[in-house]
Amino acid sequence: MNDMAAVILISVGVLFNIFGCIGLLRLPDIYNRLQAATKCVTLGCCSILIGVLVHFGIGGAGFRALVAIPILFFTATVAAHALVRGAYHFGTKLDKRTVKDDYREAVK
Amino acid sequence: MRYLAIFILSMIFWLLITFRFTIPNITAGAVASAITAAIFGRYYFHNVYKFLQPRRWYWFTVYLVTFIWACIMANFDVAYRVLHPAMPIRPGIVKITTTLRSEFARTLLANSITMTPGTITVDIIGDEIFVHWIYIRSDDPARYTKMVTGRFEEYIKKFAE
Amino acid sequence: MTGFMNILLYIQIALCAPCLYRIIRGPSIPDRMVGIDIFGILVVGICGIISVITEKDFILDIGIAWVILSFIGTLTLAKYLGGKKLNE
Repeated sequence: MNDMAAVILISVGVLFNIFGCIGLLRLPDIYNRLQAATKCVTLGCCSILIGVLVHFGIGGAGFRALVAIPILFFTATVAAHALVRGAYHFGTKLDKRTVKDDYREAVK
Repeated sequence: MRYLAIFILSMIFWLLITFRFTIPNITAGAVASAITAAIFGRYYFHNVYKFLQPRRWYWFTVYLVTFIWACIMANFDVAYRVLHPAMPIRPGIVKITTTLRSEFARTLLANSITMTPGTITVDIIGDEIFVHWIYIRSDDPARYTKMVTGRFEEYIKKFAE
Repeated sequence: MTGFMNILLYIQIALCAPCLYRIIRGPSIPDRMVGIDIFGILVVGICGIISVITEKDFILDIGIAWVILSFIGTLTLAKYLGGKKLNE
């Protein structure tokens, strides 16, 4: 029973990772790519870690997987903020389908 | 008091990832936590007594449940946009205003915006948060502020301010 | 059940290919950094699946250490892109 739940959670995680990587390939500019990839891959890896927690049960290894989840969330989101800000200041152009850019006058 | 709070948090973290309750292990953890508290203690937790109010923990739980639900929805949203042959995107950077004051609350709000459907925080200047949105649904500032922050702002205000 | 877990492990490892494609062919320098960042997160998933297959839990420690080191590396590169000092 536990094994079945763990396998289902890990499969869902791998499926989300696949979506994230397709987004990394298909979307047109860096900002959209970063969005799709960060969201999908972070939640996919969290789902895999929850599967690991279910598999090992409450104990040393389970708590280790549980501690990794908030670390993963904070580091992934903060790294995404830093990257998107760095890319804007570096001068990366927005895609031509972009309809609005409020940030340009703010950094001037 | 601040130093004590960060010492206890580091100690809990150490015990969770090692999970061996022998004397040498606990001693090593205590030494490492003391060094961490001595270095970083003055940067965090300006009001430690907030940890002791049960009302804040209740709103934190509500926030956590909403946040996890928003995360799962965000993934299906991204999957729909990525797998659709025509890729329905209409991206842009919008400016929203926040009423949160403390640094910790603003960090949490920025992280929540990043994990909710279709948005990522670019920068915070003063009171204004700049958000890159993958599909801009409205051109009216009051409406899109409500769409982006959702209910996170009031929950965070209740437990972190 | 172990066979199915092995298939999942191979899929997860194969997902590194889009990141490598982005690192090699990325039109600009920030695109390559996005590839490096996502690569660092994917490795944590690989560590989790390997620890389930082999029943050894120290591999999870490698995952935690990897995600923190990858975070520091990405932050340094991003600050370098923005042209700011590290303490700003």
